[in-house]
Amino acid sequence: MTAPVLLREFEDFAANGGGSGPSWLLPLRRAAIDRFAALGFPTPKNEDWHFTSVAPIAEGTFRALPGGPARSVRLGAADVEPFTFARPDWIRLVFVNGRYDAALSSGAARPTGVTVTDLARAWREQPEVLERHVGKVADYQRTAFTALNTAFMHDGALIQLAPDVALETPIHLVFVSTPEAAGSASHVRTLIVAGHHARATVIESYVSLGGATGYFTNAVTEAVLGDGATLAHLKLQTESERAFHVGTLQAHQGRDSHLVSFAYAAGGELARTNVYTLLAGEGSGATLHGLYLLDGEQHVDQQTRIEHASPNTFSREVYKGILDGSSHGVFNGQVFVRPEAQKTDGKQENNNLLLSAQARIDTKPQLEIFADDVKCTHGATVGRLDEMALFYMKSRGIGAERARKLLTYAFAAGVIEAVGVPEVRAELEALTLRRFAGAGAAAGS
Amino acid sequence: MLDIRNLQARVGGGADILKGITLHVNAGEVHAVMGPNGSGKSTLAQVLAGNPAYEVTGGSATLDGNDLLAMQPEERAHAGLFMAFQYPVEIPGVSNAYFLRSAYNEIRKAHGQDEVDPLEFLDIMEKNLALVDMEPSMLNRSVNAGFSGGEKKRNEILQMAVLRPRLAILDETDSGLDIDALRIVAEGVNKLRRPDNATIVVTHYQRLLNHIVPDFVHVLSAGRIVKSGGKELALELEEKGYDWIETPAEAVA
Ligand SMILES: Nc1ncnc2c1ncn2[C@@H]1O[C@H](COP(=O)(O)OP(=O)(O)OP(=O)(O)O)[C@@H](O)[C@H]1O
Ligand SMILES: [Mg+2]
Repeated sequence: MTAPVLLREFEDFAANGGGSGPSWLLPLRRAAIDRFAALGFPTPKNEDWHFTSVAPIAEGTFRALPGGPARSVRLGAADVEPFTFARPDWIRLVFVNGRYDAALSSGAARPTGVTVTDLARAWREQPEVLERHVGKVADYQRTAFTALNTAFMHDGALIQLAPDVALETPIHLVFVSTPEAAGSASHVRTLIVAGHHARATVIESYVSLGGATGYFTNAVTEAVLGDGATLAHLKLQTESERAFHVGTLQAHQGRDSHLVSFAYAAGGELARTNVYTLLAGEGSGATLHGLYLLDGEQHVDQQTRIEHASPNTFSREVYKGILDGSSHGVFNGQVFVRPEAQKTDGKQENNNLLLSAQARIDTKPQLEIFADDVKCTHGATVGRLDEMALFYMKSRGIGAERARKLLTYAFAAGVIEAVGVPEVRAELEALTLRRFAGAGAAAGS
Repeated sequence: MLDIRNLQARVGGGADILKGITLHVNAGEVHAVMGPNGSGKSTLAQVLAGNPAYEVTGGSATLDGNDLLAMQPEERAHAGLFMAFQYPVEIPGVSNAYFLRSAYNEIRKAHGQDEVDPLEFLDIMEKNLALVDMEPSMLNRSVNAGFSGGEKKRNEILQMAVLRPRLAILDETDSGLDIDALRIVAEGVNKLRRPDNATIVVTHYQRLLNHIVPDFVHVLSAGRIVKSGGKELALELEEKGYDWIETPAEAVA
């Protein structure tokens, strides 16, 4: 998937179907691929990618087939059931290798004022809203992977909430990859438009089936939050340890809006999660939580960028990482406070727990403040399991393995508690307990 | 029941802190261990409980004939040993209820008994909470996290009450307690006294021994027991301080 190969693939794509869709789309794709050609894949010299080499992706043989490989993959409901939180009633779109699968998706009725459509159809049926926002929020000028997605995007989801609509149950997008995905890239794209004072929860699950390996997901989600809107966004990335993943959430926030993001990253050989938001409207705020659990040879990188662009905006950020084996984790938390963003209130925290001597974490808080009347704090810690706490537990009869697990879990518990959807919270608790279980039995509740 | 012979131990490869402790405790007895700051009282307690930070350099310790020093800390707990920490450890994120139930069940499992479920356990807890005058709400709080000094000490006694050890070692459980809390703790210990268990009370002060009456008092100084006697020895110490007790030669040098 070297850059020249990609440019040739783009020409093929543009000639065969990439040009379909609304008339403004092909020029947007061209602008994006031109930008990608100029940027190239990021190198460690790029400060946004300082600790992460994307060589395995750049030099990989992933074919940027929009919509993924052969349509012939047929999954049954039972295959995806494990990823549904036992809530078949939620509005759910399922994508297999980057393509929407209507049969696996739930046709749950959309309440009045709520639109949830697969993107391939939305290009035809709702081009106006797409034209208004696609490519306007997700910044393909700065980010090569977003440019690539914008050039090749085809399937994904469009979620629209009319003003004042409050949706109680989550909207769930499930991106499943199967062994047939090997060697391919999928550039799924999601647009979320929340009207003023609308309120909803969107969950994105990225999962592998049947030990899918050697595929690349390059997902971009754009979110537009109207005045007073609240969007809870949960990204759960639990792909196989041989998957490649770059996922970006980029939001634009109106006055008094609130973005509540939770990013869980446990899968991937090389995985990068970006959460970017622009606090454009006065009084808007972002609460970002993240948990990354790494093991073996995994390299998992998270970057957050919060731009305080208006007065009285706030941000709250807690990311935690647990690293075992010879994994390598990266956290880069950027907070920019523009001159006009007086009374900004920002707090950032990144805590890491290293379970092995070989595991490594690079944590880099990055605050750039251009206003003078602001309150911004940040802190980063890297630690190991507390030996004294381990001994204390053992001295009460709790076995070594169980004591380790309990302490590891306790470290993560703080951010898991922040997950507002009980079903997801319970699942994450179980996943976290299981993840570092070693040979011991799983802890009960 | 507990048989310690010529026990020596150190920390981090330094000089021995315990320089040969010999102590026998029979079922039904209460022993008090007193001694000045830094004399090795906590070291003795920690070594018996199996803190890996301490290295045993000589001697032996058995509980009911079993070699304590060969056991993992959790195995010692399963065998009936309990040590109330001088400085109880805070464990944010693990609730007291979950922690105690895990401990309780692991000890039951080690004895081939069935685990109890959360509801049954709540029953057990209610009785014991009353014993140490603690609110049930503290069960939902993280282990010792943000507890006051007195709450931490009471929490140690609560654990002891729930786990019912054969041998309890209380390391300065009285320090930092006001007189009411002291009475609660002492009453808890007295109520748990049975002919088949034993207690070692490590303390600085005679006042605790007004409430928990010891059968024997030992004075530890510079890593050795330099004097043993009945409960009147504690009174004597209270009056005269530790200076009148013969200091071992090495400590003077
Ligand atoms: N983990 C440790 N690392 C280094 N030195 C230690 C450690 N534990 C104990 N010591 C040293 O061993 C000696 C005995 O300490 P210990 O805590 O056993 O005394 P103590 O009798 O319990 O004192 P106190 O009355 O203050 O509780 C002291 O000199 C102390 O500094
Ligand atoms: Mg002490």
